[in-house]
Parts: sequence; structure tokens; C-alpha cells
Amino acid sequence: MARIVHYINQFFAGVGGEDSAGAGPTLVMGPVGPGRRLAELVAPEHEIVATVWCGDDVAAGLVGEIIALASSVQPDLVAAGPAFTSGRYGLACARVVAAAQAAGLGALASMHEDNPGLDEAGAAPVVASGEVARRMAVSLDRLAAGIRRLLAGEALTAEDGRIGKLARLTVMADASAAQRAVDLALVRLGGDREATEIPLPRFDRVTPAPPVEDVSSALVALVTEGGLVPDDNPGALESARATKWLRYSVEGLDGLAAGEWRSVHGGFSTVWANEDPNRILPLDVARLLEAEGAFAGLFGEYFVTTGNGTSVANARRFGIEWAADLRHSGARAAILTST
Amino acid sequence: MLLCNLISIAERVGAPRIVPTRGIPYPTGDPSLSPAAERAWRRRLLLRALEALQTAVHEPTVFPMDKQVEEAHV
Repeated sequence: MARIVHYINQFFAGVGGEDSAGAGPTLVMGPVGPGRRLAELVAPEHEIVATVWCGDDVAAGLVGEIIALASSVQPDLVAAGPAFTSGRYGLACARVVAAAQAAGLGALASMHEDNPGLDEAGAAPVVASGEVARRMAVSLDRLAAGIRRLLAGEALTAEDGRIGKLARLTVMADASAAQRAVDLALVRLGGDREATEIPLPRFDRVTPAPPVEDVSSALVALVTEGGLVPDDNPGALESARATKWLRYSVEGLDGLAAGEWRSVHGGFSTVWANEDPNRILPLDVARLLEAEGAFAGLFGEYFVTTGNGTSVANARRFGIEWAADLRHSGARAAILTST
Repeated sequence: MLLCNLISIAERVGAPRIVPTRGIPYPTGDPSLSPAAERAWRRRLLLRALEALQTAVHEPTVFPMDKQVEEAHV
């Protein structure tokens, strides 16, 4: 019998919603929430020996702790989700299975193909879930089937609902490229517009947030991808291909003085930014508008990264982390300046 | 909402609320102006940004700056 640890978020653990989204990882023996049905589906051959749950706002940054808790009960495989299209939950599930696989454990996550966390699973397998929790039953069926196959030593394919990045393997095709090209053209002429041997990467479509009803009562944050940091760049922000974002306090400042701040962005001439850093982050005018009551208050820190050759996966992660952090901190709107 | 100069890219990647600015290296500035005029321009950009935040949108939407006001200050 194989031992499985199931990773879920605070919501599916029945702990709470946004009020509990900051809770750290917790180990519970046996299955919890959707894990109960999953345990039935993989029994009697396999057993969910424990569940690790964590709050959505912090989970993506605490993957090491999550894996340490999971490892404490000696699992053969770590399963995560289903996360549906939930961004923070999906990101956490993807990172948990990536880390589990790197630690030599079996791993399988479940989320929707449009989940922004999908790419972070790296080489660890992910199977498709439905879009929303209403599709829980079928999503668990597919996750359980995937777990069974993996534990039987088999690889998952698109037929098992596998999604995300697949390792490229060299294989002999059964027909020449010319023949396959003509076959594909015929399939497309026959009405299947999606048929392809090489699926292209997809940009996700962001659903616009509803408008702020009354910005004069809202806490507003300034954020930027313009690489603006304190002059000595204490957090060592990269000038290109950023792998991180940083936060700096603007408490008590009425503007950004030349010489105290500079842009480390490597994608444009920073002469004008360094001459007047408010050209990248408009703190001077934001303070005036705050004093006039145009909005209720300015968030006490600004968030910054460098948008220069930054991978889509990292940029997507920064966006998810910024949104979670700001929402948790009470900010209701963000003004992003982009170079 | 997004303040940026490369509007076509912002639309293509699906930024919901976009206010166009005057140059890539200075999203909230314009070095061709006097310091006082530049600050007035920055103020108008932020006021437009606040309007955008309070407007319902269903797809990438550009909130252009008022041309007449812009020209009067250049």
C-alpha cells in the first residue's frame, strides 16, 4: 500500500476563507475535506495518511515547510488540489508538487488549464481539473486515476488529462514531415481549427476587477516594474530577467529625492528617472492628492521589480503575490507604472 | 490600473485599465516641460488613473488624456 500526503488550502480544509488566508502550514493525520472522497477513490490499494493545509496568502512562500511536514510521515506521493482556477492556491499546489518531485517523492497536482500557477509545476505532472469547485467530483476522479497510474509506475499523457509543460522526447514518427503536414492541413480543412503537433504558449486573459466604487474612501498603492530602488540597491534587484520583487517604505516621505533613489532597470536610459525618481513612481503628486482627499490614504510601501526580459512565469507570480499582499493589507486599488 | 507608454503591448497582454503616458523612460513625467508644468502633468495623469479605477471595463480599455488640456500645456 502506497502512502499519500494530500495538500489543500485553508478553505478546503474547512478552516476559513480570506480571514484565515495568512495561516501557516499545518499537518493533520488522515484525509480532510475533498481528501475524504479522494481517499475512497484510491482505496484499498493506497491510503491518504495525512493532509497538509496552508493559507493561500502565504503558502507559495512556505513550500519548504510544507514539504518538511509532508515528509515527516514518509509518503510515497504528494497530491495537491484540485485548485480549479484559483491563482494563489494553484501556485502553491504547483510549487508543492515541484518541490516534492525534486525531493524524490511521487507528485501530482490538479488544477484547471488556465490556472496561472500551472507553469510553476516544472517537470512535476499536473492533471486538469474543472474550472470551479462545482466540478469537484469529476476533478477528483481524474486526480485519483492519475495517482493510481503514477503509483503503478506508468507515465501520464494527455489521455489522462495531463496539462502543462511536457518534457520533449526524441521518437520516430510513423510518417514523414511532409505527409504529416498534409494530414494536418486536411484535418484543419475538415473543421478542426485547433489541431496541432506543437501547441503554442497561451497568454491568459485577465478578467478585469470590478471598479472601485468610491476611490475617495480607498487605500491606494503605488507599484512599478521600473526598477526604482534606494540608491545603494540594498535588495540587489536585478537589471534584467528579474527573479524577485522588493518592497520599500514611503512612510513620511513627500516625494522621491534625486540621489536617494535610482532605477536599476537595464532596458532603457535611466538618466531621466534618476534626475527625478517621481517620473517612475509618482509619490510627490500622490501625496498632494492624498492630502486633498482624492483617495483615503496611500499604502505605506511601494512594490517594485524590473520588467526587462522577465519570464512570463515570474511576472505572473509577482502579480499574484502583489495582489494577495495588497488585498490582505487592505489596499483597494493599485497604480502600476510601466516603462 | 496601468500607466504606460507602450499601449499596444498593454492591450495585447490584456491590461484592463490603461492610461497612456509620454515616454518609455518616464511613465509619470515629461522632461521637456518646466518642473512646475511637469508636476501639473503628473497630477493630471494620476487624476485620470483614479477615474479609470472607478470605471467598469470588460476588456483592455485605454483612457486617453484630454488632447486640448495636453496641448495647452506643452
